[in-house]
Amino acid sequence: MQWEAVIGLEIHTQLATQSKIFSGASTAFGAEPNTQACAIDLALPGTLPVLNEEALRMAVKFGLAIGAEIGKKSVFARKNYFYPDLPKGYQTSQFEFPIVGKGEVEIELEDGSRKVIGVTRAHMEEDAGKSLHEDFQGMTGIDLNRAGTPLLEIVSEPDLRSAKEAVAYLKKIHAIVTNLGICDGNMAEGSFRCDANVSVRPKGQEKFGTRAEIKNVNSFRFVEKAIQYEIERQIDLIEDGGEVVQETRLYDADKNETRSMRSKEEANDYRYFPCPDLLPIIIDDVYIDAVRQTLPELPDSRKARFMEQYGLNDYDASNLSAYRDQADYFEAVAKVCGDAKQAANWMLGEVAKYLNQNSLDIAQIPVPAANLAQLIQRVLDDTINSKIAKQVWDAMWNGEGDADTIIAAKGLKQETDTGALEQVIDDVIAKCTPQVEQYVAAEPDKRGKMLGFFMGQVMKASGGKANPGQVTGLLKSKLDKLC
Amino acid sequence: MALQQSDVEKIAHLARLQLEESSVEGYVRNLSNILALVDQMQAVNTDNVEPLANPLDAVQRLRPDAVTEENQRDKLQANAPAQERGLFLVPKVIE
Repeated sequence: MQWEAVIGLEIHTQLATQSKIFSGASTAFGAEPNTQACAIDLALPGTLPVLNEEALRMAVKFGLAIGAEIGKKSVFARKNYFYPDLPKGYQTSQFEFPIVGKGEVEIELEDGSRKVIGVTRAHMEEDAGKSLHEDFQGMTGIDLNRAGTPLLEIVSEPDLRSAKEAVAYLKKIHAIVTNLGICDGNMAEGSFRCDANVSVRPKGQEKFGTRAEIKNVNSFRFVEKAIQYEIERQIDLIEDGGEVVQETRLYDADKNETRSMRSKEEANDYRYFPCPDLLPIIIDDVYIDAVRQTLPELPDSRKARFMEQYGLNDYDASNLSAYRDQADYFEAVAKVCGDAKQAANWMLGEVAKYLNQNSLDIAQIPVPAANLAQLIQRVLDDTINSKIAKQVWDAMWNGEGDADTIIAAKGLKQETDTGALEQVIDDVIAKCTPQVEQYVAAEPDKRGKMLGFFMGQVMKASGGKANPGQVTGLLKSKLDKLC
Repeated sequence: MALQQSDVEKIAHLARLQLEESSVEGYVRNLSNILALVDQMQAVNTDNVEPLANPLDAVQRLRPDAVTEENQRDKLQANAPAQERGLFLVPKVIE
């Protein structure tokens, strides 16, 4: 039988505020346990939450970025459950009236096709603390620093049909929230997390199959593997006559499998009700328009502009527009050097390579955009050739100064003095008698290819500094004289 | 709507309340009476009435995004029955 997977994602993004959603405690990552958990976060009696205006603004920003309806009246609700890292005994969330309603994003698949994925809603809520299950006198340790960190939970429609589509969607949301500057997107630190609802059904069937929810996936690669594993597990199960159970499963990256969490005695029953400690949040068109004014250019429109303005192809434009810092750097280089295609080649070539090798983010790049632009200019004006340029790039990366300084200090300027170059070429021709004889004996239309050997010898003899165009011309005329 | 004994037991469990077996029947009766009162109120036509969040028609006030709390861990943990290395300790939650 042909099976079809149906996937929906719930993405939790930590909003990049300084303080918590309902208290003035810091949200900074990595502090000593419980040093950023105040009386409100600890749910001490008599405390009252007050909403952080920046968390609200960030949520609205996201809604506008995906063309969603913005809830002019949104309401906080209590989601009731007991767990020790949730001190109040309920999570303050939104239920019936979320801040962001229906919207959509477009994803691009590997074959270049596009698909629109619906976003059901996005709501504000507070994060829980962390439970540490190492042995503390046979007890569990609780760190409440994270409790009350603002989250925007983004819920997709069950529109995704494969693990690859799910990852493409996840990356799209990641690019949007990081471009908006409302989330740092750090999956390793848990600022951007995702739960996947996965089910399968016979292809063509309308009704959804029973779904399992996968939790604990903390990288794009693992999301893809976990969903793929779960789809295959469910298909195998059904084909062997079994039934999928609605349950929560944890992904184990080491074993590449999903495992059932201990089954709960009963289905979750959160008994949501409006939070009496928080009044409805009312915003108007003036507020929404003011937030709209602050929206940066988003990846999709930036990509279109890169293709239009700089003549980049689809692939290059896509790659360079996904992240704001990278796109900004590229544009700075392109503007100064005046050759966007060269700038793009450098970005996707050496720049990407060096960042990767050093596990750095573009924001941490040691070479200012202006210096890369200057290097590209020196290739364009024939001061150096492209091979030497890579050497200069390496030196710039290692902090040896800007391109002109390095070229001067290392004497890398291209050899354009015809007399000196002719001398080098004459030496090569004199040394390589057998190859010269072959060249002379060859059919004239084969000679072009054979020129490469002599080129290599001349470049080597010149220490890489010769101008390749000039060398080709001189070599050809000298060799052809011998024929 | 009348509640069953099992409804009361479920509600109590969700709220982590331990009820004396002998008291369950009384809760079934009292809670059912409350629901009967709600049923009575449901009869009122409220089609054009907005739900009331607050009798003063107030809306939520916002606070600026600024860190105003200092670390008071020692004082706050003085209330806790057990702690170690800055963590609150609770009965083990997973085996």
